[in-house]
Amino acid sequence: QEKEELIEEWQPEPLVPPVPKDHPALNYNIVSGPPTHIITVNGKECINFASFNFLGLLNNEKVKSAAQASLKKYGVGTCGPRGFYGTFDVHLELEERLAKFMRTEEAIIYSYGFATIASAIPAYSKRGDIVFVDEAACFAIQKGLQASRSNIKLFKHNDMADLERLLKEQETEDQKNPRKARVTRRFIVVEGLYMNTGDICPLPELIKLKYKYKVRIFLEESLSFGVLGPHGRGITEHFGINIDDIDLISANMENSLASIGGFCCGRSFIIDHQRLSGQGYCFSASLPPLLAAAAIEALNIMEDNPDIFQTLRAKCERIHKALQGISGLKVVGESFSPALHLQLKESCGSRENDVKLLKRVVDYCMNSGIALTQARYLEKEEKCLPPPSIRVVITVEQTEQELDKAASLLKEAAQSVLN
Amino acid sequence: INHIVHNGGLYKKPFNEAFEETPMLVAVLTYVGYGVLTLFGYLRDFMRQWKIEKCQNATEREEQKDFVPLYQDFENFYNRNLYMRIRDSWNRPICSVPGAKVDMMERVSHDYNWTFTYTGRVIKDIINMGSYNYLGFAQNTGACQEAASKVLSQYGAGVCSTRQEMGNLDKHEELEKLVARFLGVESAMAYGMGFATNSMNIPALVGKGCLILSDELNHASLVLGARLSGATIRIFKHNNMQSLEKLLKDAIVHGQPRTRRPWKKILILVEGIYSMEGSIVRLPEVIALKKKYKSYLYLDEAHSIGALGPSGRGVVDYFGLNPEDVDVMMGTFTKSFGAAGGYIGGKKELIDYLRTYSHSAAYATSMSPPVVEQIITSVKCIMGEDGTTIGEARVQQLAENTRYFRRRLKEMGFIIYGNEDSPVVPLMLYMPAKIGAFGREMLKRNIGVVVVGFPATPIIESRARFCLSAAHTKEMLDTALKEINEVGDLLQLKYSRRRLVPLLDRPFDETTYEETED
Repeated sequence: QEKEELIEEWQPEPLVPPVPKDHPALNYNIVSGPPTHIITVNGKECINFASFNFLGLLNNEKVKSAAQASLKKYGVGTCGPRGFYGTFDVHLELEERLAKFMRTEEAIIYSYGFATIASAIPAYSKRGDIVFVDEAACFAIQKGLQASRSNIKLFKHNDMADLERLLKEQETEDQKNPRKARVTRRFIVVEGLYMNTGDICPLPELIKLKYKYKVRIFLEESLSFGVLGPHGRGITEHFGINIDDIDLISANMENSLASIGGFCCGRSFIIDHQRLSGQGYCFSASLPPLLAAAAIEALNIMEDNPDIFQTLRAKCERIHKALQGISGLKVVGESFSPALHLQLKESCGSRENDVKLLKRVVDYCMNSGIALTQARYLEKEEKCLPPPSIRVVITVEQTEQELDKAASLLKEAAQSVLN
Repeated sequence: INHIVHNGGLYKKPFNEAFEETPMLVAVLTYVGYGVLTLFGYLRDFMRQWKIEKCQNATEREEQKDFVPLYQDFENFYNRNLYMRIRDSWNRPICSVPGAKVDMMERVSHDYNWTFTYTGRVIKDIINMGSYNYLGFAQNTGACQEAASKVLSQYGAGVCSTRQEMGNLDKHEELEKLVARFLGVESAMAYGMGFATNSMNIPALVGKGCLILSDELNHASLVLGARLSGATIRIFKHNNMQSLEKLLKDAIVHGQPRTRRPWKKILILVEGIYSMEGSIVRLPEVIALKKKYKSYLYLDEAHSIGALGPSGRGVVDYFGLNPEDVDVMMGTFTKSFGAAGGYIGGKKELIDYLRTYSHSAAYATSMSPPVVEQIITSVKCIMGEDGTTIGEARVQQLAENTRYFRRRLKEMGFIIYGNEDSPVVPLMLYMPAKIGAFGREMLKRNIGVVVVGFPATPIIESRARFCLSAAHTKEMLDTALKEINEVGDLLQLKYSRRRLVPLLDRPFDETTYEETED
């Protein structure tokens, strides 16, 4: 009888708390038409400085016609995971091409960019293993680490001394318990080009640390694939490092390759394991063939025109220089990074107010024909929340006049809003 | 004799679900089979270690030999010794539309499945009983493909931005309104991957201090989402309402485990059709329980949307219930709509909350435009809004195919699990050797089937799973049935003794729940 009363009295919370109508993330920008170089946002035509279309392949006719051919042959969906009649010859071809391009033994494709690294990490690192990860790692890496249930040790962004300190601490721990140390796997997870800060990781030092302390390296190259290096092979080519030194390279195809999905590449010893234990690979439908065909064609274009990487780099340097010295905003990111952040030099106290101020800058620019966006984060879920910022993305399609126009417009906007 | 459940008028039509017990002799033989394989496995490992046999695995780099080993030897025992023997039943590459008939690339192995080589020949017109093509929308001609083609030339293939930044196209808004209308809910939101829909939104809805009651046989995406959320998870026996009620009562009466504080919310995770069992969730009873104990219901209609119900609107339509009773209706577009992606539908507050706080909206690229167009066209077709009755005809055809196929298989004497109306038909094989043999024999006869074993199913209950489609004509089904009959006789698969266990007698014991906390 008491139980009946308890059941009657219990009141649960509402399933979701109400969201205020003016929450900045609630009102999406509506893009009518393709999100290419000239983009129509909320009815206004602007030059696109917000989509990660680095090599301008989103609107490329060859890519589209390869996708059309694939659509006519296979239809849209694959109707099954890779294990059950969902493996098409296009997938096998794309995996081979990616492995050859990156000069590794094997590659594996996922149908969703976020799921790539989030499924790869838990396939290798389990409860009891140790992962050293950079503070500025992106959200997908954080979710992969959470799913793996390993011990996470954060080191300060790009600070090799801090990482070495942690590794030394771990070494002293190991000496106390050598039996456990023999079965505890160790990994370092870093990004080639960090999405949250726009800088590059010091890979040569990391390789030295790898061999000194016997840790494996997982490299996430979503932004640096197709951007860094004379042929676009990413940060390993940029620094001239032997690719076999990196245990696993993971990247998504949604930035430079202008398709959907992601891939991991490395030695067969490592990649083959994911075919049975990568959750996003085994339990999910495979990539639609038209997107795989688009990616293959994009790879062809990348291989045939290696000078676009030089052009992109030159444009990045140009705008990086042009954006220096804006009153109130500072540029965060390397000079050759195509995805920069503009942060407030001084915060106005609360994050909410900062976000509102930056929104006014963005709106000013949008009204004058440059489409920008703020970098969006889930404030409560991030481990180390970056400060609010405006994201500026440089693509190969933007002309020099447009770059200059964008820089001067941002200067104007900053002047009028922040003063 | 089928046991028909009416349960006080909650069900408007008979709910026929049956899981015949494993015959004792078969169970014993299966264990013996696995025992023999394990012994041989140890023997081969021993020979490989002492270099009597060549080791064909890939190995670690010379420079990294003194690192901590990446894989433990025992983890891969099953992989090396059992899976490798029958590996050719899976990952079969195809080179045409995954429709009712499919072309497969021929591959041979000269070293017992360690490596495959493609001969270059293509096996044509294999009857496809493995792809999730319930309504036959996997086509490369027709209205859907033309519309997708037009959108592809206009919008391109990718999007290169997230929903909250610059990736929200007008096509996405159109799709979401259409899906909301189709389901009968206030509003909906679409995501690029069905697996990710679960694993990224359940953590946004529940957190620490909440309770998740999840079915025993839930899909890996639901389990991952529940784990990532940080809530306490308790498992109830598959489709067993007494188990669920007991858990609910205990949860409310006793509160959180150590502190005895009341739970913040309780979320019940169920699926519409369970893909390995072919069973349908007992939705009327679940909704009655949910209302009585004031908890929330998350329904994953990955396989049931489009496949069940007189108008193809899923399990809610099948039982004739009100879609507003289900708090979170989730589903995927991969199976019945021939595209890719997932959706969540529900009240407007829920969807607004997800637009702001879902992991996918903030960090993951939005859906590709031609895929969105395929979904829009196929949903319109099912609803009949494109002016034809193709959609309706397909839904009817699928229901007929399901009934016919299941009836014939049962008559032949196979053990078939699951509900009579579910288009997923698991046929029990049990013994490990028959898994490989069934797959290969059916392929020789030009029929492609899916076989599943451990770890997707319990170790002795391996099965072959047929997925019926509206695109299968009666001739195709008859051909398939004839071949299945032959192979069944050849491999002695007709285990059924035609004694069906009445549902209420399925064992249910008091030690039902396990608590998992991260």
